[in-house]
Formats: sequence, C-alpha cells, structure tokens
Amino acid sequence: MKIKVRGLTKQFGSVQAVSGVSFQVKEGELLGLLGPSGSGKTTVLRLIAGLETPSGGDIYIDGKRVNDLSVQDRNIGFVFQHYALFKHLTVFENIAFGLKIKKWKPAEIEQRVAELLRLMSLDAVEHRYPHQLSGGQRQRVAIARSLAPRPSVLLLDEPFGAVDAKVRQELREWLIRLHDRLNVTSLFVTHDQEEAMEVSGRIIVFSKGKLEQIGSPAEVYEEPATEFVARFIGAMNILEGQVLNGVVKIGSLEFPAPNIPDHVQVQVGFRPYYVKVSEDPRRYRQPATLRHIYFLGVAYRLEIETGEGLILRSRMNKEEFRQYRLEVGQPVSFAVTHFRFLPQEGMAFPSSAPPQLLDAGPLTL
Amino acid sequence: MMRRLFIGSVWVYFALLLIGPILYLAVQSFDEGISAFWREVTKPEALHGFTLTLEIMAIVLVVNLVFGTITALVLVRQHFVGRTILSGLIDLPFSVSPVIAGFMLILLFGPETILGTFFGTLGVKVLFAMPAMVLATLFATFPFVVRELTPLLQTIGTDAEEAARTLGANEWQVFLKVTLPMLRWGFVYGATLTVARAIGEFGAVLVVSGNILLLTQTATLHIYQSYVDFNYVGANAVALTLLAVSFAILTVLELAKAKAAATVA
Amino acid sequence: MSTHTLLQLALRSAAVGYVSLLILFPLAAIAHQSFVGGIDHFIQDIGTPQASSALVLTLEAAFITTVINALFGTLSAIVLVRYEFPGRWFLNALVDLPFAIPTLVTGLMIAAIYGPTTILGMWLQQGGVTVLYHKPGIVLAMLFVTMPFTIRSLQPVLMELEREQEEVAFTLGASPWTTFLKVTVPSVLPGLLTGVFLTFVRALGEFGSIVIVAGNIPMKTQVASVYVYGEIESYNPQGATSVSVFILLISFLVLGLLERLTRPPGERMPRWFRWSKRPLPMIRPSEIG
Repeated sequence: MKIKVRGLTKQFGSVQAVSGVSFQVKEGELLGLLGPSGSGKTTVLRLIAGLETPSGGDIYIDGKRVNDLSVQDRNIGFVFQHYALFKHLTVFENIAFGLKIKKWKPAEIEQRVAELLRLMSLDAVEHRYPHQLSGGQRQRVAIARSLAPRPSVLLLDEPFGAVDAKVRQELREWLIRLHDRLNVTSLFVTHDQEEAMEVSGRIIVFSKGKLEQIGSPAEVYEEPATEFVARFIGAMNILEGQVLNGVVKIGSLEFPAPNIPDHVQVQVGFRPYYVKVSEDPRRYRQPATLRHIYFLGVAYRLEIETGEGLILRSRMNKEEFRQYRLEVGQPVSFAVTHFRFLPQEGMAFPSSAPPQLLDAGPLTL
Repeated sequence: MMRRLFIGSVWVYFALLLIGPILYLAVQSFDEGISAFWREVTKPEALHGFTLTLEIMAIVLVVNLVFGTITALVLVRQHFVGRTILSGLIDLPFSVSPVIAGFMLILLFGPETILGTFFGTLGVKVLFAMPAMVLATLFATFPFVVRELTPLLQTIGTDAEEAARTLGANEWQVFLKVTLPMLRWGFVYGATLTVARAIGEFGAVLVVSGNILLLTQTATLHIYQSYVDFNYVGANAVALTLLAVSFAILTVLELAKAKAAATVA
Repeated sequence: MSTHTLLQLALRSAAVGYVSLLILFPLAAIAHQSFVGGIDHFIQDIGTPQASSALVLTLEAAFITTVINALFGTLSAIVLVRYEFPGRWFLNALVDLPFAIPTLVTGLMIAAIYGPTTILGMWLQQGGVTVLYHKPGIVLAMLFVTMPFTIRSLQPVLMELEREQEEVAFTLGASPWTTFLKVTVPSVLPGLLTGVFLTFVRALGEFGSIVIVAGNIPMKTQVASVYVYGEIESYNPQGATSVSVFILLISFLVLGLLERLTRPPGERMPRWFRWSKRPLPMIRPSEIG
C-alpha cells in the first residue's frame, strides 16, 4: 500500500473536522476525495501532506509511519486551488524551486525543468511571470512545480476550482492523461461529483468529517452505501415509507421489502434513469401527468406527477424522446425498474411530503 | 520566546517615540495650573489663530472635495494624452518640503511677477494675506482626497452607475444618488486627512504669510511666536489644544478606515 | 457632441486646469528662477559653507532616520500583522498619529520630554546624547514624522501574503528560514522599498519639528529647509532657490528610482496603475485582536 490512513481524527478547537477516517491507497492510483464544503476532505489531504498534525490516528506512506515527519521530509507534491505560485519568480524558476532546495546540480535542474515544460506544454512561457499567464497555464505550472522533485505522492486541493468551466474540462482530461503517463500516486480533493467520477479510479465520499463510502465511480453511483452518498452523487428520487407485510407502499407504488421487518421506516431511492415513462397510458402500470420537460443536451429530464402529488424525475435519451410526442400536461404512464433501500441513521425522520397511503399491487414493467 | 521579545521591543519603540512625548506635553501644559492654561488658550492672539486656522481649513476642505473628486473621476474614468503626467503631478506635494512649497508661491506671486502685479492692480493682496495661505494649504493637502477616491473608484467600477442609467436616471442624479454615496467613506477618510494637514500646516504658511501678528497668524504660527518669545506655557497650551483636536481627527480616521474597508470588501 | 462628452471634457479641463495652476505653475516658477542665474551661479550658491553643510546634515540625518525606521518599522509591521496581543488595536491606531499631529507640536513634544529638564533628557545627556539643539534631535524629529511610512507600506503586503505560498515552499522541502528568505522577503520587498524611500523623501523636507528641536544653528543644526527659510527671510532668493532645487531634484530622483524598483517583474506599467489597485493601508476590523 502506498498510503495507509488509520483512525484519523482532527479537531480545530471545538470543531471536529475529521473523525475516525481509515482507508488505503494503492501505488499509482488516482483517488478522488469528494464531499461538500466542511466535510473534512481538504483536512484529510493536508494531514497526509503534513500541513496539519492529526489529533489522533496514524498515517503511513510507503509503509513508514509519518505522523512525526515534517512536511519538508515527506517527499510529497502539493497543488493548491489558487496555485500559490511564487509571484517574484519566472515559470522556470518556480518549477526549479524544489530542485534548488534539494541541491540538484544546475545541469540536472535544466534538464528536469525542460522535461516538465515540454510535458505540460509550457515551453513558450518559460520566462514569463505568473501574472502574465492564464489560469490554465498557472495551474499547469503549479503542477509541474510539485512534480519536479519526483514526489512519491501527489496531492491536489480542488485543483480546477479557480478556472472557467471549459478550461476545467480540458484540465481534467489532461490530468487523466498525465496520470496515465507518469503513474504517480495521486489524491485530489473536489466538491464536484462529476469531476470525481470522471477523473478518479476510486472515490471516497466524505460528509461531516466521516468517510461515507469508498469505491469505484460505478459502485458509488449504482450502489450508494448511505443516504448521503445517494443524494450527493447524481440525481436521485427518494421516497419515504413504512414496511407493512413485507412491502413498502408509497402512493400507488409498491416496493417489496422481504428482508426488512415490519413497521420500520425506510427510504427508497431510485435513479431517474430507472423511471421509465411512456406516452401510451397502458404501456406501464402507474399513471402520472407530465409536468416539465428539460433538455439536457445529452438527454431529456422529465418531471412527472403521480396521482397522489408525488413529483418524480425521469431521464430519457434523445432517441426515445423523439419517438414520442410528449407535451407538458399530458397524461403518461411510468414504472420504476430498479430501486434500493437506503440505510438510515437512527429512526424515521418527519416526512415533509403529504402522508402516503398504502396501496396494493406489485410492480411490473 | 522570540515572540515576547519582538512584541516588547515594539512597545518600547512606540513608547519612546510616540506615547511618552504626548503624555509629557499634556503634563507640561498644566505646569502652571489650569488658569494659566485657560488664559493662554483664550487670549486674543490665540483665538485669532484658532479662527484663522479654521477658516483656512474650511475653504481648503471644500475646494479639495470638489476638485479632488473631479480629478479622481477624470483620472480613473477618462483616457487621454497626458494622463500619466497628471497622476505624477498629483503625488508631487508629498515630496516637496513645506518651506519650498511656500517659496515657490512667493516666486509665483511676488511683487515683480506677472501674477503678482496682475493681482496687485486688481487690489487683491495674495502674498502675506489669506489667499496665499489658502493656496499654500491647498498645495499641501491636494493629494489626500484624490488618492483615497481613486482606488475606490477603480474597485467599485461603473456597473452601479450604468444600472442607474438604464433605470432612467440622468447624469446628475446618477452622480448624486449612486456615485457619491458609494464613495462616502473615501470622502470621510480623505477629508479627515485634509483637515489634519490643514490644521497642522506650518512651514509653507510661515513663509507665505509674513507671520503678521493678529492678521496672518494661524494657530501653528501663534505657537511658534509664543515659543520664540519664551512663552513656553502659552506654546504648550495651544499645542495641547491642537493635539486634542488631532486625537479627535485620529478617531474619525480609524472609524472611516474600517467603514471604507467594509465597502470595498 | 453629446452632452455626456461635453461634460467629460469640462471635467477634464477643470481637473487639468486646477492641477496646472496649483502644482505645475509653482514648479515652473522655481525652475525658472534657478535658471535665471545660470548653472555656475547655482553651483556657487550650493557650494557656500553654510549651504553645503546644511545639505550634508540633512542628507545624513535623513539617511540615519531611514535606516532606523526601516528596522523598527519592519519589526512593528510584522508584529502588528502576525501576532495577537492585548493592546494591539491601540498600537495600530497610534501609528497614524504622526499624520494627524502638526509638525510644530511634534517639535514641542520632543523638545519637552527629551530636553535637559527631564530625567530622560538628563540621562541621555550623560550618555553623550544631547537632543535639544543638537544633531540627535534632528534624527528624533525625523523619526517621529516618518514613523508611519514603513509600517503602513508593509502591512498590506504582509497581509496579502498567502499562507499557501509558504506552505508550498515547505512541501518542496524549504525550511522555515529558507522560506522566509526566498519567498516571504521577495514578496514584501516592494512594500518595504516604498516605505523606506518615502521615509527618506519626507525626512528631507521636514521643517516644523526640526525648527523647534534643533533650532537654527548654522553649520551645526541647520537643515536644508531651515536654511531655505533663513534665505527667504533675508531676501536672498538665489540662495533659497539653489538649495530648494537641489533638494527637489534628489527627491524626484529617489522617487523615480523607487518607481523603477517596484515595478512588477517583467512589466512596464507606470506606478499609478498599480497604486490605484493597491488596497487601502489598514487592518480590517476582523483582524484586530
């Protein structure tokens, strides 16, 4: 294991920023730390870097316990969201900084910096100063600078947070290619779940200082381990109901719950893609009215309202949409083809939706 | 710890240089008792000095606010040949010694100069009278308002004003209801500095006024007169009065700073 | 022409006109005066024992003041920005005091507390340092009036200095000391230079406080500004002009040098563009204590 984190906790005054986080990172992995602001993901990154000291727990890099090792000695590369480039130095000098500290010979420095400049397509701006560069260029310089001394681990804190959407997309793809090429173990922090899904080999989802789930993008998306993950990643329809006679009935919808005891309050989650809608009212079992149509570029999102006033989201690809002639206000039929029960902390929440009536009838496609 | 040493040194530095002298002056002024203090501060020369200083300060304040604002607006919003020169000139008074400033005015308005004779024929006495003193003070205080408004104008930009125009406001309304209010705290800050400088102006006014007792003696000139006449109690008393005013000004300054920062943030 | 453009032109004329009358004309007057006598006369006037001694004294004292101010000003700025301690807001407000106090009053204060009548004054005198009517008085007065410059120039750049720049240096292997030398200092250098150079120029021109503290002893404690005053009072415009112009030239040179030195690297923008983007020199209330 390249990095091992065990029972990591960090307190700032009375605030518990990180509680009992444990995970392992393989050599050469590109791991995304995902979560909303305040979830502790950046703190975990900084703890691994040595920019903060843990209140409890252990951190191992390359098998060695590094809790007591200073930042300077951990041989990590760190990239900040706002680049933190040295304003008084040129691009070349910025990248060479770490090498000078480590007392590399001038010829070696020349070679290494040139190599990185080429790799990052920064040859043309070698002699420019940070304020003369674009946002994308600055970020690449920041990354080059951190990679120059050949760190064993690369840590990136919201690396693409400060650039435009288009540039962000390009930088993401570029980072993936770079990682493929160099194979440095990399951890990066982001609050953008799309970014995490696109870039990471595995994702860790954080919430309120705790590790909610760790898994591949597919795992985290398809099989969210907690309600938080389900809500945070991708869009999700979430309904609440009580188990009675092995079934959860919400409105006219029925969800079989064979393994859950009766009277337990549960949350049922299903992705919009698994809500099938048709303009033929007999195609599917459940009736509804089409309330909104949103065009998303790659697909359509439909909002439908059931007889009991439940609003559900459905996703339909373009080909399918064009087969129908759907209009707002039109009666449609729908079915839920896949769903999950989401584990909850503690007991039932008060539901803000109107009380759900239990009905009968199994689901069919 | 090093920290204690540093903080301690700074306290000592401030105490020796600032706090000590101020406290001592306060004590000294009452050396001969409160009645002596009061007597000195209310005698005709002193009162005349205070009045004259206030008059000059008032005129200077108004002129500076008007022209300072205009200059700041022109500098930030307009682009023209000579803009850089203009900005360089604005900073100039800071680098000129007050005595030299006064001297330049003498050279400009002296009895044998064009301007001097021109005003002479009009019957207006410039040198050794109010006009020159006002001019000298204007020279010394000019940069303050401009310098405080310019960064504010830059940061605030024209968006709010453009929005006002789309809502139908004419130029004058935009200026009064949008531009000026946004610059509010910059004005206060600039005005406060102007007032402080105007009250404290000495060298230029000394040169340009001829220091004529009860006619062209400002408060500072009166202090100087007293000092030269060995009337230390008198000098200290009036000085302390000005010092108290300075403290009041300083308080306003600090408040204005805080508010101005909040606007820009 | 639209009324808008007319208005703009009117404003521009007003501004340019005012600045020309107030600042350009007086400058022109003294420039003219200095050429009236010719270069040789100019050099002669400066060369007189009294004039040259005044100039040398002024430059010396200003230099010493600048050095002391740089050292203690930097220390003060760092302490005020980086440390929290009781009374910090008080000290910070005090820094602005020299801006608010008339220089004459400054002179009186310093003369009072450091004069021969106080314990402090006597103690210093025994140590060989006489303030009143002596050179140390000049430096002390200059120190007082220039005190805010270094501190106020350094504070904003110190506050702007992102923690992250220092942290990055750590991750790249730099020790705290190396980071200070190679990252912190270069970042704040423009602020430091500005404070230092402004101090020097201000000290050169100081009059009110020095006249009280150091008096007017020719060849001993007569600084350039006091000398000029003397010449004016004796109806000797030539002498006054030459020394004035000399001081002005040095001031302009120093400021020009500052402008060059504080340009962002690789840039040719004139100072006022940057000066207009400079944040107001202050501590935000949230940062106090």
